[in-house]
Amino acid sequence: MKSVGIVSSQTLHVSTPLNMVCGSVLPEYDIAYETYGSLDAEKSNAILICHALSGHQHVAGFHEGNKNPGWWDDYIGPGKVIDTNQFFVVCSNNLGGCHGSSGPASTNPETGKVYGPDFPIVTCKDWVNSQNELRQHLGIDAWSAIIGGSMGGMQVMQWAIDFPDKIKHAIVIASAPKLSAQNIAFNEVARRAIMTDPEFHDGRFIEAGTTPKRGLALARMLGHLTYLSDDLMGTKFGRELREGKLNYNFEVEFQVESYLRYQGEKFATKQNFDANTYLLMTKALDYFDPASEFDDDLTKALSSATAKFLVIAFTTDWRFSPERSHEIVKALLDNDADVSYAEIESSHGHDAFLLPNEHYEEVFRTYLSQVVQKDLTAKGEQDV
Amino acid sequence: MSKATLSPEFKLISKWIRDESRVLDLGCGDGQLLSYLKTTRNTTGYGMEIDPKKNIQAIAAGINVIQSNLNSHDIYDYFDEDSFDYVIMTQALQVVRRPDILLDQMLTIGKESIITFPNFGHWRNRAQLLLDGRMPQNDALPNTWYDTPNIHLCTFKDFEDLCAEKHIQVVDRAVVNRYHESSILMKLIPNLLGEVAIYRVKRK
Repeated sequence: MKSVGIVSSQTLHVSTPLNMVCGSVLPEYDIAYETYGSLDAEKSNAILICHALSGHQHVAGFHEGNKNPGWWDDYIGPGKVIDTNQFFVVCSNNLGGCHGSSGPASTNPETGKVYGPDFPIVTCKDWVNSQNELRQHLGIDAWSAIIGGSMGGMQVMQWAIDFPDKIKHAIVIASAPKLSAQNIAFNEVARRAIMTDPEFHDGRFIEAGTTPKRGLALARMLGHLTYLSDDLMGTKFGRELREGKLNYNFEVEFQVESYLRYQGEKFATKQNFDANTYLLMTKALDYFDPASEFDDDLTKALSSATAKFLVIAFTTDWRFSPERSHEIVKALLDNDADVSYAEIESSHGHDAFLLPNEHYEEVFRTYLSQVVQKDLTAKGEQDV
Repeated sequence: MSKATLSPEFKLISKWIRDESRVLDLGCGDGQLLSYLKTTRNTTGYGMEIDPKKNIQAIAAGINVIQSNLNSHDIYDYFDEDSFDYVIMTQALQVVRRPDILLDQMLTIGKESIITFPNFGHWRNRAQLLLDGRMPQNDALPNTWYDTPNIHLCTFKDFEDLCAEKHIQVVDRAVVNRYHESSILMKLIPNLLGEVAIYRVKRK
């Protein structure tokens, strides 16, 4: 299957102040984004992809000189599930991120210094509001679909609640209506790992000329653990030893230890992910709870949504289990909303939403072909 | 079961359904019935289906379909009392673990229920068992005894006894053969001559 090929990021500078949920105001900010495919004459074939925790705008294709494709390249491209021959696909780096959108690692235009810990606490609502600026900039009246997995799925729900007339189809994958205490606990351990790293310097590590690599690597190791399933780790590593024998010391002995350390270090050093961004993103996850503004009633929270929903969960995902998706489905059913739900058999845990899977792809493709068909029918009706 | 053989059943069911009503189809398969009712009666609602392949077919038919296993998930997990005008279950009552409990649930979330099932009391089934001494196998019951999904086969009389016991009112009954045709004789002695039962029931 073909790739969207060589792509590059663009940046939108927004000078309309953003009133944030935390009470702060960002007078101006940047949103980094990528687009694939082309917007049709009616500007009706646009799909917004919302990224998960450590994701960014580079979702498909390749950057010049880089062999690694975008994070969801398996699903986005010509002839792929999210077909760029049919759709105009947009993905932006969330505000507070570290891949080109304004965030803790960027320069505060008011002071000329790096924001660091001074970047305001962002929430899912703030992301949606800033993505809405991008929508207007691109001249898109309403997204044909907004799609997101995990934290991306939360943004999809927030869009459906806050801008019901700007989203026609909502595809929520491996997500949850809010974090459980266990989810928040994992995030807190990850944050403590970062904040207690001696090189954290109260978040001013860039000015100090260093990075809390160890803390960031630990945070990523923990995250990684929660994204995999016990079965998968068992199959992949079992209790396999690196040197074929036990050495009775604290060096890496089991293969699984080696794998986790590799993942952590890769994230902290090679990808150079900003530690403050990790803190902000996990906090935004913790705060997400659209029902809290509606007497803790998710049904009420989703009552304004008019989008058609597709909710997808994976059998071995214990971070956001199928039961969490049921909560979303139930609230939508209570509102008599259009919703379909699919539960995909997979051994890959939470990570399954990023990986190739025949059933998942077929559900996704079939649903999106409906999106195209319905839009065509709607256009036909308008013509008459 | 193919679309062609099912469509007469669809027509019978469609006759019993009011325009613009809300319908839940349990075990909706490829969604053809809901799609037919949407076209003929302008209904809204959902299908539920356990089979991932049929689920995708239902999505392709433009149906809202919830993938769910009725033997491990309670329909109360999804729907509240009086959520639907009709809860339909075609050719699936005999495969659920507790049809009696499900019948109660169907009539709690829906005002009425439409149920179809193969009649085990049909003369051909009786004849096979009596003369051949073997579990019946035919067009309406194609599986062998060891690999059949049908764990609770029943006859018209059995079903009506269950309804009576549960104070469920039989509003309509249609008795058809495997081609979904009806005859006067079939109406006179349904338990012997009817191959497929189509019932509309409601709470008394």
